[in-house]
Amino acid sequence: MKTTTPISLKKLAGRNEPYIFLVLFALCLLIEFRSGQFFSSNNLVDIASALIVPGLFAIGAFLVIISGGIDVSFPALASLSVYATTKYLLDIQYEGGIWLPIVIALAIGALLGAFNGLFIGYFRLPALIVTLGSSSVFKGIMQGALNSKQLTIIPVGMRTWGTTALFTARNPVSGLTSRMPVAFIVFLIVLGFVFFLMRYTMFGRSIYAIGGSETSAHRAGFNVIRTKVVLYIMVGMIASLAGVIRVCMMQQAHPTNMLGMEMNIIAGVVLGGTAITGGRGTLLGCMLGTLLIVIVENSLILLGIPTSWKSVFTGALIIIGTGISAYQVILMNRIKKTKHSVKEAA
Amino acid sequence: MSESLLKAEGIYKSFVGVQALKNVNFSIKSGEIHCLAGENGSGKSTLIKIISGVYTPDSGYIEFDGKQYTKITPIEAINNGIQVIYQDFSIFPNLTVMENLAFNSELAEGRKIVNWKRMRTIAEEAIAKINFKVDLDAYVGNLTVAEKQMIAISRALMFNTKLIIMDEPTTALTKKEVRNLFNIILKLKEIGIAILFVSHKLNEVFEISENFTILRSGELVASGSTSDLDDRKFSYYMTGREFIPRRFKPVNLSEKPIFEAKHIGLSGFFEDISFSLRRGEIIGITGLLDSGRTELALSMFGIKPISHGSFSIDGKQVQIQSPRDAIEHNLGYVPEDRLTEGLFLSQSIADNIIISEIDRLAKRAGVVDQDKRKEEIERWVQELSIATPDSNNACQTLSGGNQQRIVLAKWLACNLDILVLNGPTVGVDIGSKHDIHGILHELASKGLGLIIISDDLPEIVENCSKILVMKAGRIVAELKADETDEKSILSYML
Amino acid sequence: MMASRNPLQQFQQMYSKDRHLWRLIFMIVIWMLFMAITRFNKFYSMINFQTMAAQFPEFGLMSLGVMLCMITGGIDLSVVGVANLTSILMAFLLINLTSATGALPVYALPLVFLLAILLGAAFGLFNGLLVSKFHIPPILATMGSGELFTGICLAITNGNAVSKFSRTYANTINNRLFDLIPIQLIFFVIMAVVIWFLLSKTVFGTKLYLLGTSDTAARFSGLNNTRLLLQTYMLSSICAALGGMIMLANYNSARADYGTVYTLQCVLIVVLGGVSPVGGKGKISGVVLAIILLRLLETGLNRFPRISSYYISLIWGGVLILVMVLNYFTENRHPLPRDARRAK
Repeated sequence: MKTTTPISLKKLAGRNEPYIFLVLFALCLLIEFRSGQFFSSNNLVDIASALIVPGLFAIGAFLVIISGGIDVSFPALASLSVYATTKYLLDIQYEGGIWLPIVIALAIGALLGAFNGLFIGYFRLPALIVTLGSSSVFKGIMQGALNSKQLTIIPVGMRTWGTTALFTARNPVSGLTSRMPVAFIVFLIVLGFVFFLMRYTMFGRSIYAIGGSETSAHRAGFNVIRTKVVLYIMVGMIASLAGVIRVCMMQQAHPTNMLGMEMNIIAGVVLGGTAITGGRGTLLGCMLGTLLIVIVENSLILLGIPTSWKSVFTGALIIIGTGISAYQVILMNRIKKTKHSVKEAA
Repeated sequence: MSESLLKAEGIYKSFVGVQALKNVNFSIKSGEIHCLAGENGSGKSTLIKIISGVYTPDSGYIEFDGKQYTKITPIEAINNGIQVIYQDFSIFPNLTVMENLAFNSELAEGRKIVNWKRMRTIAEEAIAKINFKVDLDAYVGNLTVAEKQMIAISRALMFNTKLIIMDEPTTALTKKEVRNLFNIILKLKEIGIAILFVSHKLNEVFEISENFTILRSGELVASGSTSDLDDRKFSYYMTGREFIPRRFKPVNLSEKPIFEAKHIGLSGFFEDISFSLRRGEIIGITGLLDSGRTELALSMFGIKPISHGSFSIDGKQVQIQSPRDAIEHNLGYVPEDRLTEGLFLSQSIADNIIISEIDRLAKRAGVVDQDKRKEEIERWVQELSIATPDSNNACQTLSGGNQQRIVLAKWLACNLDILVLNGPTVGVDIGSKHDIHGILHELASKGLGLIIISDDLPEIVENCSKILVMKAGRIVAELKADETDEKSILSYML
Repeated sequence: MMASRNPLQQFQQMYSKDRHLWRLIFMIVIWMLFMAITRFNKFYSMINFQTMAAQFPEFGLMSLGVMLCMITGGIDLSVVGVANLTSILMAFLLINLTSATGALPVYALPLVFLLAILLGAAFGLFNGLLVSKFHIPPILATMGSGELFTGICLAITNGNAVSKFSRTYANTINNRLFDLIPIQLIFFVIMAVVIWFLLSKTVFGTKLYLLGTSDTAARFSGLNNTRLLLQTYMLSSICAALGGMIMLANYNSARADYGTVYTLQCVLIVVLGGVSPVGGKGKISGVVLAIILLRLLETGLNRFPRISSYYISLIWGGVLILVMVLNYFTENRHPLPRDARRAK
């Protein structure tokens, strides 16, 4: 019996990363072609700089989505953590370095993450709804209890860290310089850590397992509840770290500045090949997808497209990207069905 | 007595208001192949869960290798060598074969760091035990059902296993794969592993098992050696009813065919199929899993429209491009997978019954005529003896047999001329199976034309007047039911 | 065949069928009692209720849309984008229709509303096609389209507000019928009744619930899934468009970034109202009760000047999680098999 789709397509249809990489590369080339400025040193540094906070958020979102859940509370969580940290440090007139703020923010992030973990992991409530609720709760605490006003002055330690540069890149043509923030190293460290975690620890594999089938995971001996709680604590900590970096880089703490990022971040993760239903996806793909969104948001100006058109492009990108993914799934299913017939006849 | 590997004595178990098990005894020896049979609700899954430690008995004890336990945890059961293979095989479809195999042992050893090389070695050893050839890097979601089962078995063998419990292992397996499975079971027996499998398929009970235990309504009704068992005793034990075998004899056959297929084909699945169905007739279509029989069924209903050839209804050529087309031509389809294709489980029985004819129950502006609706529902619940106190209850509260009656009701409510049924009594208890067959005979005598697609050969032979055998996408034989038997049908299929 | 002996048993039966709804009613009653005791005069005033009733239809209408999509097992995250784009486009039209003296022709108001509905239908058709023909998961499709619509808003307004149109529009809508009922509320009530009617009385409603339960079974039952989804998303965007027109009246201007909090807020309301995000369940009464409860909480809180009104966010999230946990504890007595097929 003849198959209607060539088997070689199976291999390609399964992996998303090559597509994203191609699109990314094509976009970069296009921008370079139009402006000659894309691959300039200062632009690359700008992009790397712009990638830090969304990248960290994306890592957290990635972990949650792989486990079969979805988290829309991370911007609110991050905002609350860093706002509380900053306000507290200002109140006690803290003069020290960056370490204490990071530690405090991480602690608060872990606590807030545990809040999510309790309801999602222990009570097994649907993640979307819980994080919708917790997003509201975090916002309420921040704006209500902490009486959120924009903090235009932040502790000196955070301020200096935010302006410390790893190196500075100078564009010989335009004369513009861009600072590569030290925070980029932090991003790389977290990225490396999560990569190791997902690939080389049972904890990481258990996240994939839970995302694939919770019942099977339970039967195999994974402690599903504990894994989920730890997962959400970790995500809370990563998000808080992102919040601290954001505040340091912007030199001020704005209470609602980060809110609303959740959708674009999730879009970036999904564009990179992570299935919204869980269990499938790579960190590499996730970063490529996020990078794509960041570049579209930042470098359109180099294509001569006014910034007010930014959202049009990201929206179209999400639609086209997910449309292609959805088509791939249909293609794969069609191949699976014919495969069964072929195999049996053999 | 001390020969027994596992013994369960005097087991009682009840849940909220329901006595699931009452004074049940069970025993199995090393290397014994034992079949546990019973209808839905007989308590067989409860017994399995008690043996494997998932539930604790209210009273009674379990004896394993001489030691008695009134209460056993899943870990203790595993440590005692008891492995359960569930119907979903407990696999991770999104991960590779290697990971699926190695997880359990890695976890059991308390490993925190993943060593991919070590996992690969573990996986290779596991599949070698039953000589299972598979690509360790393939994603399990892409494998066939039989391959997934092999993974589950390989995994079960990794832990000093003494007893493997399999829950309905042969559903969704082809005949060849069932044969393969039985060979493996025999191999396991040779190395002293006992197999307990849950099944209600008669032929399997006879073919492979040495001993049997039959439960009914939570009580033990029979156990012993399979050689003492026959068809009638089996049915009687399972249901408590005697069944007189009843062959279908067509009456009131119409002159002209109500439904014809002329050289129909679907690329990649079947080709050049022709048949004609008269009113009052029941045609059976059978073949191996890959013979194209399912796709043929789906093409008649418009889910997978044909690419060549044509259908005719009442002599007129018709296009069936979607289920809606089929329904409008008074053709209905009882699907293979009742739970996902046939029913809306969490919705009410009432809504499930009227959904396909719902447009007919509308007044102007699409408003539902509540009186008509109520009438229809009451009528069909009664006609098909659907056992429920309230038709607003959710579908999932009913047993398999009752659920299938709801699916039938749905189609009967549409006033059909032609009904296609794919595996109409899969997972249905013997009592309901008998009743459903009776309903089908009655429908035929009332003037419907029926097509039954099934691989249950006794069902085909007893309930059809004409049998079409498919192989590799073509019809290889057209037989008269009263002139043939299972053996010859099988010979055409293979 | 239900045995209804005495009123208490009847109530118990009614209660167990709609536990969720009764819980909401209970909370509303408690809160109203609390407000009656502590701040009677300030809370129980006509002005207060009228203000509430004028404000919530903005997102109330959007919630109706989100509810419809959720019942089919999907979601609509583009409601705010649709609302803003509609109101911006209509604002431009109103500017053109505004005469030099600042008056509007008689046909202006019916015209803009008619066009708004058409626009909503068009945007909804777009969403529906993405979901039904391209099989893009609704959460992603509407996330993308919402971003796209918002992007178009930003592009055509350059981020500025569109406001220089006749005040007649705002004045008309911001008015009260019989000096009592805010016109905005009437819009909401009409749409709510229409949707209630569709869901509970028509064939369309039954089909939607069943489609949301299982799209496979729906296909095998002869339902036209594609058409149902298109109709659902079109209705949803029509509701969103009307919400945009209400916003246009309430703020007397249109901007690309109005109501950004409404997206998740609507989902929250709908879930609080008892609609299951997996599909197949949910009633209008629940959503209306949820809106009333949250609105009452918010305005009540405003009467305590010493408590920051920002706490309302906390209360919303807290109430949602509380209701979910309560449901968890009661539903576990009648455990249903968990079907992990759908996304969260």
